[in-house]
Amino acid sequence: MTADLVELLKAKTSEGAQEMLARNEETVRQLRHEAGGVLRLPEGVTLDYGDVDYERPDDETMILNLGPSHPSTHGVLRVMVEIRGEQVLRTKPVIGYLHTGMEKTGEELMYHQGSTNVTRMDYLSPFFNELAYSLSVEKVAGMDLPERAGWIRMLMCELNRIASHLLWLATNGADLGAINMLVYGWRDREVLLSFFEKVTGLRMNHNYIRPGGVAADLPDGWRDDVNAICDVVLRRMDEYDNLLTGQPVLQNRMDGVGPLDAATAVGLGLTGPLLRSTGVTYDVRRDFPYLLYDQVDFDVIVGTGGDCWDRFAIRVNEIRESVRIVRQVAKMMPKGDYRTQDKKFTPPPRNRIDESMEALIHHFKLFTEGFRVPPGDAYVPVESPRGELGCYIVSDGTSRPYRVHVRAPSFANLQGLAPMARGGFIPDVIACISSIDPVLGDVDR
Amino acid sequence: MLAAVAAASYNGDPVFAKGITLGVWIIELVKLVAVFAIIMVGVLFMVMYERKAVAYLGNRWGPNRAGPKGWLQSLADGLKLFFKEALVPEGADRWVYRAAPVIAMVPVMVSFSVIPIGDTVTVAGYTTRLQLADPPWGILVMLMASSISVYGVMLAGWASGSKYPLIGAVRASAQMISYEAALGLTVATVVVLTGSLHTSAIVAAQHGGVLYHWNVFRAYGLPAAIFFVAITAEMTRPPFDLVEAEEELAGGYNMEYSSIGFALFYLAEYAALVTNSAFFVTLFLGGPDGPYWHTIGPLWFVIKVLAVLYVYVWIRATLPRLRYDQLMDLGWKKLIPASLAMLLIVAAGHISWRWGLAALSGSLFAFILLSRAIEVGRTQVEEGAQAELESP
Repeated sequence: MTADLVELLKAKTSEGAQEMLARNEETVRQLRHEAGGVLRLPEGVTLDYGDVDYERPDDETMILNLGPSHPSTHGVLRVMVEIRGEQVLRTKPVIGYLHTGMEKTGEELMYHQGSTNVTRMDYLSPFFNELAYSLSVEKVAGMDLPERAGWIRMLMCELNRIASHLLWLATNGADLGAINMLVYGWRDREVLLSFFEKVTGLRMNHNYIRPGGVAADLPDGWRDDVNAICDVVLRRMDEYDNLLTGQPVLQNRMDGVGPLDAATAVGLGLTGPLLRSTGVTYDVRRDFPYLLYDQVDFDVIVGTGGDCWDRFAIRVNEIRESVRIVRQVAKMMPKGDYRTQDKKFTPPPRNRIDESMEALIHHFKLFTEGFRVPPGDAYVPVESPRGELGCYIVSDGTSRPYRVHVRAPSFANLQGLAPMARGGFIPDVIACISSIDPVLGDVDR
Repeated sequence: MLAAVAAASYNGDPVFAKGITLGVWIIELVKLVAVFAIIMVGVLFMVMYERKAVAYLGNRWGPNRAGPKGWLQSLADGLKLFFKEALVPEGADRWVYRAAPVIAMVPVMVSFSVIPIGDTVTVAGYTTRLQLADPPWGILVMLMASSISVYGVMLAGWASGSKYPLIGAVRASAQMISYEAALGLTVATVVVLTGSLHTSAIVAAQHGGVLYHWNVFRAYGLPAAIFFVAITAEMTRPPFDLVEAEEELAGGYNMEYSSIGFALFYLAEYAALVTNSAFFVTLFLGGPDGPYWHTIGPLWFVIKVLAVLYVYVWIRATLPRLRYDQLMDLGWKKLIPASLAMLLIVAAGHISWRWGLAALSGSLFAFILLSRAIEVGRTQVEEGAQAELESP
């Protein structure tokens, strides 16, 4: 009886075999699945597997296992690759090696504790995780956000986008063999991280953007720091144009590699630079403006070819666009509160606790019980460096969320690997993984 | 012409002129040990030189703990490697697996023996050249060594019994054989200029005058560049390090090696680097010839080798890696035709300038034909692919 139940549960919860078999041992259905790109179909249409054309040669193919510990799979991504000689026939990303159950943990934490949890998901752009979470909580709770908090959030997020893209430049260079680019990228990111440390107290996983505002006001002299950062980044970007963009070897490695068309990209749910490289002009900042993005002036960088070279160009130019936004934000930053003054959500200031019993009780209640949020749900997307990052929160009226789900751009974008890498060579698979820019913490959560 | 006449009456090392006596034995033994020591010290130095230079180019300090300013780091690494456990993987072909590092190492060592480090010296009545051996087939030793060391890499990958090394081995054999043709043709260009295969004669022919006697100028520059690219690919140095390709194959052919086997591959790689830089200096940069003070030939030699080595380090720090098909394109479609044309031009120019001009125009014509042929081939392939896509 129990054995039957176990078998039943196994069958119900099975995610299928993660192994990829050689071509002559694989089921026909699986091969058609790989060749047809089932995920591209519009909703409501089912695929007739007989329609899909597939190739089944007689000669031997080799299954190569890239990862989970491999120098260029960006963490613990495992990619199974079927190759004939050097040519890649199929790829299959296998994920789950960094699964930590953060979404489940989010259900156990109170709303004001939640951002310390989500910030660890996409560890290269922590502010965006906090932002998506905070915006969703604010929407469910109906908080109003002081203007200055919005501007501070924009400032930190755009700086974070620069940091993330710089690290991408570094790892992309390293993946293609330009070893010193790795060091340059990390070096420049360090400038931004020390600014983050100055503002938030931490280099990564800041827990700075919280429901209702930000944790602390900007420190004195932040404007000078920001201007200095902008100057440094722009100067270094010119250097990298010399080192990388104008480099024929690098261009040959990326030009025409891993092509994607717009229909595939939209069908697979890809977002961010990956989607924009195919010519689709989708940027959450422009299409669904959050914070105060409708008040700043910036361009959405779009490619045409949908190959790795376009993605490279988009990211390089997005750094420059972010610098542009940061400069505008620094100019337009208003004075005022950095977090909401609603007493239901924000604890009283420290010196009030010494004077007033009510304030002490209020403070105590806020940090032991948290604030209650009326029942409802909300999904707010933001444009993270990797694409649309959204947080879906369901509230059941208590001080803890009933469900926290994060729509992770890396997870969706990783699906693009199979159509991108088909027909290329092994080095092209590396270039494709690199151009997707997955963060495995974000993929597995 | 003068050089060719001189080379015709050229004999090997003058130390053998009086017959082989005990003194000759001792001298040869000392030179043997010296060459071995030079390679070993050169490798230890080169590893550190590269790590330091790449670090400085990349805004880092590099190793700075072991020894004065970290210069003993490579010695420490080597010692550590020799005390590690030597594992042989389960699926490996044991004998081939063990032999491969030695096959990679020995030819490189052998080929250094023909490099002239200086002119002749006289010790206790014996006049001898500053090179271990000066055989009549001289420079061919270098081609021989680079051909044989392919086997080391190839057998290592094949015998490891795992997939990444296998792919590395396949890449290695194709890459090294492709570039050998261009390498041989450029060496032939130098041999045509000198009229001798003796390395000492090649160096002697470049002596005298200021710099313009060097083969890099006498062969109109291009063969030197081709030779440089070809030996870079031959040694699988970046940007042609597809065989190891850290980011793709995670080490490639030497992935399964540990301990002494790995150390020997490492040693072979850097010994090849030092040796081939020395060959570049010998063939094109006049060997121990300098603008002034000809008595300090070995010093000039070392300076030039260091300069060439720096170029390798610089390239490694800057350039991304090529892809396999791009590498083959470069080798077969560009370097081999170019080196062949340069061989013809240099050889014809050696007879008279009219012949040289004729060869040049002929080469240009052939170049146009060849690029047209490549163009046509490419469009046909593309059209074929397009037709295949459009067919129902």
